[in-house]
Amino acid sequence: MMLKPAILAALIGVAALSFASPPASAQATGDLGVVIERASGSLLVIDQSEHASLGRVEGLGDLSHASVVYSPDERYAYVFGRDGGLSKVDILERRIAARIIQGGNSIGGAISDDGRLVAVSNYEPGGVRVFDADTLELVADIPTQSKTIGLVDIPGRRFVFTLWDEGETWIADFGAEEPKITKITGIGDFPYDALVTADGRTYIAGLFGEDHLTALDLWADTPMPRKILDGYAKDREGLPVYKMPHLEGWALAGDNFVLPAVGQHEVLWVDSRSLLETGRTATHGQPVFAMAQPDGRRVWVNFAHPLNDTIQVIDTLSKQVIHEFKPGPSVLHMEFTARGHEIWVSVRDAGLVKIYDTRSFRQIGEFAADSPSGIFFTARAHRGGL
Amino acid sequence: MRSLLIYLALATFAQADDAASFDPVALERMVRQDCGACHGLTLKGGLGPDIRAGSLKDWTAEDLQAIILDGRPGTPMPPWRPLISEVEAAWIAQYLLEHE
Repeated sequence: MMLKPAILAALIGVAALSFASPPASAQATGDLGVVIERASGSLLVIDQSEHASLGRVEGLGDLSHASVVYSPDERYAYVFGRDGGLSKVDILERRIAARIIQGGNSIGGAISDDGRLVAVSNYEPGGVRVFDADTLELVADIPTQSKTIGLVDIPGRRFVFTLWDEGETWIADFGAEEPKITKITGIGDFPYDALVTADGRTYIAGLFGEDHLTALDLWADTPMPRKILDGYAKDREGLPVYKMPHLEGWALAGDNFVLPAVGQHEVLWVDSRSLLETGRTATHGQPVFAMAQPDGRRVWVNFAHPLNDTIQVIDTLSKQVIHEFKPGPSVLHMEFTARGHEIWVSVRDAGLVKIYDTRSFRQIGEFAADSPSGIFFTARAHRGGL
Repeated sequence: MRSLLIYLALATFAQADDAASFDPVALERMVRQDCGACHGLTLKGGLGPDIRAGSLKDWTAEDLQAIILDGRPGTPMPPWRPLISEVEAAWIAQYLLEHE
């Protein structure tokens, strides 16, 4: 069959159109992120290269102690609210794409390695609920009769979390048709938070009720609890704890894990393979976050009330504090850019997010935010265990 | 001389501050933000229990003041005595009993 030249030209035109460039207004999300505004139930969409906020998304409920994970395409932020709200926010269109109230009192979540499942950790009713990442429909309910903490994702569509009241760690495996739960007892008294390394191998629970931390090797067929840093505060008076530390997947600094002590003004170092103590660093106050830079070369630490106006920077090799500065009242959270050239800091009571160069320590930007707390860049989408 | 005057002024201010006077706005913020670290910004509970008025029916203001000042041994509730005065603790106890 012969096509008339005019029709052929039209067809080529259509084909050309369908391969045309996207409109100039399209924006990639790789250097975007969000800042939680904890008192007003909103978040700011932020732009790393512009050092600025692009706009606000409101109506997210009680965001005190909120956290965020991202879809694999870095377009959707799943926001876990304190009031049991689970919101899926489209950060390009800056609107809520879906939102449910899934529990009464919640404390963070995780997303499976394939991006299909979102899990939420609940205090009330105690347990973990798992949702379809597209629709937010309930996929599984795992009641525990206990507050759950330290929920993380590990490879193989698995989630790991710990029971505050029972001192057990559960592994929920969604790799098969029927979800399978493995329970590990003997974690210790009052596990307040936990972390997993980016490779999904080492899970470390911090304890409020005992003078050690507990590690699990998740590569083992039967992970067994192992005490680490046993007796780190022995014969020393425990200071009142006005804020529980956070344990996050940023603990690996070079060959060591760096961990916040409970009730002491120090961070603790353990060898990442032997899990034996390698040192301690005295700090300005009780650490809340002890976060290794992405390259591991330095560790940035913020502190509990009432010493929470200060950040200290520790050199990983010497374990010495090499820099101290005061961003302002109530430093709640810090987030590194993916390759660590900048750190963004929430200064809640100043109503500011401040941006620092991690090598020179110079402040290089800031913008206003309403009681800012957690800062989350989209690069988290491609890292496990956060 | 000027620095001495400033010092004296500050010392006087600090003394007045130590006495019965306190700042209710700052205290309320402390309750919401810092007590809220464990009890939730809305005080309905987190790792710590619900401390809204309805949940505190069995407690007197004196009980609550004592717990705030000296903590509850065997639980994560810390003593706040190093940070606040008895008057401030009494104010917080009353605040909790009046806020749902």
